[in-house]
Amino acid sequence: MLKLSRNEKIAHAIIYFLLIALTLAFLIPFIIVFSTSFISDAEFARRGGYVLYPEAFSSGAYDILFGRSKVILNAYGVTLFRVIVGTGFNLAFTITMAYALAKKDLPGRVPLTIFVFITMVFSGGLIPRFLLVDALGLRNTLWSMVFPGLINAWNMLIMRNFFMSLPEELFDAAIVDGASPPTVLLRIVLPLSMPVIATIGLFYAVWHWNSWFDAAIYIDRSNLKPMQIILRSLLETTNMQGLEELAFIEDPPPAASLRSALIIVSTVPVLFIYPFVQRYFVKGIMIGSIKG
Amino acid sequence: MSRESRIAMPRTISSAETAKDGRYRRLLKRMWFYRFYYLLALPGILYFVIFHYLPMIGIVIAFKDISPFGGVVGIIEAPWVGFKHFNRFFNSIFFWDVIENTVVISGLKIIFGFPAPIIFALMLNEVTRLKFKRFVQTVSYLPHFISWVVTTGLITALLATSGGLVTEILNNMTGERWTFLTNPDQFRGILTLSHVWKTVGWSSILYLAAMAAIDPALYEAAAIDGANRFQMARYITIPSIAFVITILFIFEIGNLLDAGFEQILLLYSPAVYSVSDIIDTYVYREGLLGLKYSFAAAVGLFKGVMAFLFLIAANTLANRLGQPGLW
Repeated sequence: MLKLSRNEKIAHAIIYFLLIALTLAFLIPFIIVFSTSFISDAEFARRGGYVLYPEAFSSGAYDILFGRSKVILNAYGVTLFRVIVGTGFNLAFTITMAYALAKKDLPGRVPLTIFVFITMVFSGGLIPRFLLVDALGLRNTLWSMVFPGLINAWNMLIMRNFFMSLPEELFDAAIVDGASPPTVLLRIVLPLSMPVIATIGLFYAVWHWNSWFDAAIYIDRSNLKPMQIILRSLLETTNMQGLEELAFIEDPPPAASLRSALIIVSTVPVLFIYPFVQRYFVKGIMIGSIKG
Repeated sequence: MSRESRIAMPRTISSAETAKDGRYRRLLKRMWFYRFYYLLALPGILYFVIFHYLPMIGIVIAFKDISPFGGVVGIIEAPWVGFKHFNRFFNSIFFWDVIENTVVISGLKIIFGFPAPIIFALMLNEVTRLKFKRFVQTVSYLPHFISWVVTTGLITALLATSGGLVTEILNNMTGERWTFLTNPDQFRGILTLSHVWKTVGWSSILYLAAMAAIDPALYEAAAIDGANRFQMARYITIPSIAFVITILFIFEIGNLLDAGFEQILLLYSPAVYSVSDIIDTYVYREGLLGLKYSFAAAVGLFKGVMAFLFLIAANTLANRLGQPGLW
């Protein structure tokens, strides 16, 4: 379309170069970890650490993670519980409240919105929250990873804005036809709102998948620990205390390759789905950035 | 006249009362009409009361001396101590360190992390090969989707003192021993760089959206007037996204006291506490590891109040500048 001058061509070359360099900077850490997850103890000893590419492929680390260690499978189970049950609860609570607050002439709508908004600008802090979860008896239960974060105020307001953008006539027509409010919600609003529900659901699901700190402070029992906790404890220790089974293996893979394998195992599902769902996320940010 | 008014007075009052009565009844009737919606909102309201407002009340422990094992009864029965914990914090040797670390780390992240997505978006905007552009964008979002635990693992793979890829290469090249993660001179740099790495792609979305909304006719007119690409970026693109820049910058300032709790907690070690211990990590260590609940809650409340004031100031500034703030 536009003809570029010599200077502009140079500038473009620089821009392309920088963007390629940046893309590599995003990818290389993953490539290193992926490669290192396949190296054997011998190669590790020879090359002295993390590698950009393996010379020979050894699946020792994955054999242990999936074959001999119950810890990993159990942690995967806990994480899946968080993601599936947790996200389900998140959506149920978020949708119902957002739908109520979207009703334009609901008496008390503004005070209720302010009531939610206050929690976004001020919080009691870490210690009172911890003591509350303790007092409610939620510590060392799976619910400690579900209930404290049931509704994200920001997500709820995004959803409320979406509901408010639906045409009012739609509901009036349905009411005239004799539909009750629950029918309107279930039969008309929810089917129309699938894109925003998918978006917010994904926000919650990724949050659950990646959460570490809440489990770190609420969960002590090893069989209730999610993936991120196990990953963290393996990354932290120089020996592999996190996986007690390793003590009985004759020729264990090097710690670096076990850690790398665990990073891959805990990241692959996200790596796999995010390119397909990112446009929903982008849409979510857009809706959120429009004030309502 | 006085007679009339004496007769008229009660009537006006009573009619006012009926009007008020009627308004109440109408309100109640309307509320009853909307009962299904209140029912829908109820679980959410209960959630916010229990998990957000109860902890706000729980902040009273900052003014008491509670024992770590007393439970709820212990909290209620604990003696009031006024501002004792606040005074201890303000006079402690850690106070200025913690404040400095919080503000400096946050400041570094703003100085480098705030312009980065703008520059990234401006560069992407110059790319005419759409497939390449989309690929770079998709890859740049990747760090946003992985946890800080995994990011820490990636940083370790590169920078671990023994076996880190970059560390080993530098050791071999320079003959010195590099210690990135335990070196106080480099630690804040690592925090800043990893923050930029994780956020640059995702933060560019809003800028790219604002750029996509610019009327192409502006560029065509500029081209006819003989403007080159630099001038177009300077005089069309940047002014068009200036409002997004302003508003995001103001809220960046409003969140100044959030210097990146999880990132620091996962990466730091006693060797670098002196340059990386922020308010949040201090609260965590004193409170949950040291079991000084009341003291840690006081420090947390101090941060909460300061953060709230920052946010109000930022929002007021936004409104002064004619921008729609958070409220």
